[in-house]
Amino acid sequence: MIKAKNLTDIEYLYGHKACPGCGLGTIGRLALKILGARTIVALPASCMSTVTTQYPQMNYTVPSLTMAFAGTGAVLTGMSVGLKALGITDVNVLGLAGDGGTADIGLQALSGAVERGDDFIYICYDNEAYMNTGVQRSSLTPIGANTTNSPSGTASYGEKKPKKNLFEIMIAHRIPYAATASSAYPYDFMNKVEKTKGIKGPKFIHIMCPCPTGWGFASDLTVEIGKLAVETGMWYLAEYENGKVKMNVIPKTIRPVEEYLMKQRRFRHLTAENIKLIQEHTDSEWRLIRERWLLPLTR
Amino acid sequence: MVNKSRSSRLDFINGDEAVAYGAKLCRPQVIAVYPITPQTIVVERLAEFVANGLMNCEYVYVESEHSAMCAAMGASLVGARAFTATSSQGLAYMHEMLHYVSGSRFPIVMMNANRTLAAPWNIFGDQRDSLAQRDTGWIQVYVENGQEALDMIIQAYALAENDRVYTPVMVNLDGFVNTHTFELVEIPDQHDVDEFLPPFRSKNAIDFTNPRSFCITAATEWNTEFRYQQQEAMNNAKKVIGEVDKKFGDQFGRYYGGLVEEYRCAGAEVVLVGMGSVVGTSRIVVDRLRDLGVEVGLVKLRFYRPFPVEYFKSLSTRVKAIGVIDRDLSFGYEGAVASDVKSALCSTEVVPKVINFIAGIAGRDITKENIEEMYNRLFNLIKGGDEKELQFIGLRWES
Amino acid sequence: MAKPKIVKFQYPQSLQEMPLGPSAAAGLLTEPNAGWRIQRPIIDHAKCSKCLLCWVLCPEGVIDKENEELEIDMNYCKGCGLCAHECPKVSITMVGEGEADGQ
Repeated sequence: MIKAKNLTDIEYLYGHKACPGCGLGTIGRLALKILGARTIVALPASCMSTVTTQYPQMNYTVPSLTMAFAGTGAVLTGMSVGLKALGITDVNVLGLAGDGGTADIGLQALSGAVERGDDFIYICYDNEAYMNTGVQRSSLTPIGANTTNSPSGTASYGEKKPKKNLFEIMIAHRIPYAATASSAYPYDFMNKVEKTKGIKGPKFIHIMCPCPTGWGFASDLTVEIGKLAVETGMWYLAEYENGKVKMNVIPKTIRPVEEYLMKQRRFRHLTAENIKLIQEHTDSEWRLIRERWLLPLTR
Repeated sequence: MVNKSRSSRLDFINGDEAVAYGAKLCRPQVIAVYPITPQTIVVERLAEFVANGLMNCEYVYVESEHSAMCAAMGASLVGARAFTATSSQGLAYMHEMLHYVSGSRFPIVMMNANRTLAAPWNIFGDQRDSLAQRDTGWIQVYVENGQEALDMIIQAYALAENDRVYTPVMVNLDGFVNTHTFELVEIPDQHDVDEFLPPFRSKNAIDFTNPRSFCITAATEWNTEFRYQQQEAMNNAKKVIGEVDKKFGDQFGRYYGGLVEEYRCAGAEVVLVGMGSVVGTSRIVVDRLRDLGVEVGLVKLRFYRPFPVEYFKSLSTRVKAIGVIDRDLSFGYEGAVASDVKSALCSTEVVPKVINFIAGIAGRDITKENIEEMYNRLFNLIKGGDEKELQFIGLRWES
Repeated sequence: MAKPKIVKFQYPQSLQEMPLGPSAAAGLLTEPNAGWRIQRPIIDHAKCSKCLLCWVLCPEGVIDKENEELEIDMNYCKGCGLCAHECPKVSITMVGEGEADGQ
């Protein structure tokens, strides 16, 4: 089990230009503390690459590659097999991509890389929109969210489609290891990253990264919002390994989604009817979760 | 000419196979290729080599051409020698990555089977695909036959990986005409190739003792300087191409002339400029016409980028008219090669007349008769006849 | 050295000094983020239990746990307030920049 006092003091991601309170700083720092200096990190176009690699200030102390938007999965393959061909074995190949760069434009490359079974860790940090370019919706934007290209207006309540389920997409690939995580649950995340070190092949972690700027909450509430997402059932922490799904946190009672939604400016326009819609969707997702992953445990 | 070759062997193979043998001899460490007609035989032959333990490399089943270039780049980034191949739609699909790889200075070698771009659909050969990638910062060479294809793959790595260059190289074969035509090709001995092309020791790769961030953002204040650096590398390539050609010739006995090869241009009044397989056909026409006392010549444009500006300027005082064969067309203007030839000539003292012949689109044959007709029209032009600047050869009807 | 330090970067003075391609030395900092702050965290070390939750959560990594008492690198703290909000002992207070320290 990870203990903070045993973690290295070295900061592998430092001095970056992310918004105050942004989860990506926590995610990048902690992932690299677990993986160590012999890590190559590939960053597609995203908040992460933009805030860390502006010549000449480089905020990663490990080698990094800023990558074309669509190709993270493929470049991870290239690095992984290149290292193998050169006989270099003790290097972590890490991809840190956003929700757009993973679930939208990057999905094909990710699918190909996972299908090929190459050795890498892919962390999708999900701030639920194309935040870097000004908060445009992605396929991981939740229902009802106000984004700059799915704005709420007199004729619309914002984003109409639910989040694509990347966790299940990875399970469908029968990936060696997949997990969901949250920057609000840092120890859970670090344990998962630690676990990937011992597994050969592709590993995928989908980590929720609350965004003060895009979601509309004060910069000190990042963890509170992240926890509310899990406590209201709008996000879950789970792992897939050896053909089985394990839920890491199952709230005893799932609180109403309204408690999560109303704390963020991007949802403040929602009417009672909209919220009911979102609640129904969340309930339906949890029915599926219970049927497939939880009920068997109780037999 | 010093031929230091040990035992090479002759084989009856097509252009794609020649490329596969060439790639095999270069000992790439990562091959990431996605199949597309008419490059598929390259993909298959390389896979067979790997499956039979004849190549020691990682063979990656990428799921698209864009990913093929991404994977090749990732491999080069960690210091591995990477190879890929594509054609037409695939080349277009990886367009973004072509810019990316050249801008980040990764010495990747790629074979391209020249095939027209949809729409309309057609799998046969013209040069629209690679010429549309003119500005991506890749060195581009166009081969005439299977032997040159094999040889240029090897030379491409020597060129790309040269310290003064570090620019990726695209080796172009005409689709079907080169790729699928069987010829006798001399396959060099592996030891000779090893001597010519040592293992890749990248100067632009990850080093944990000196960690760097790659493909970084260069703001407005610095971007131009990085581009200037790329241009300087291309200028250096002009010299290195000649050096590599000579070194290759010394080792294997085949010299190709570097950027450009002139065929019987001495005393020629008119010349044709061509790239790729059309050069082979044109040689025969030149010989025939010369036998009849007609003073024609042929310029084999081997490297499209870097463009041999200096050569064309020097040609301006020696010929009266130049016909440029373009197996492509930049709609709204003219063929890409003709444009570049004409712009090289525009600042010379004497400017020869130029006719741009659009021919060989989507696999349409450029016959010996077509080529002779082109020379006739060039003569008509210098005699004061009326010739349009842009002419479609073999078009069914004009408007 | 656990955290990178700010250096005075020597820009290339000629083509020959340019890196080969657009790459740059990793872990090189040229400017602080201190100017972003409108408030700064002050730790009451008497209340702090060294649970290190703030150190784990800090998006900037500016908290230093090497010594007896936690220290914060004010060159890079953005004043987001996450540490103060999450501290289980409520030992961190956010004080407006320019106001007197809580000390």
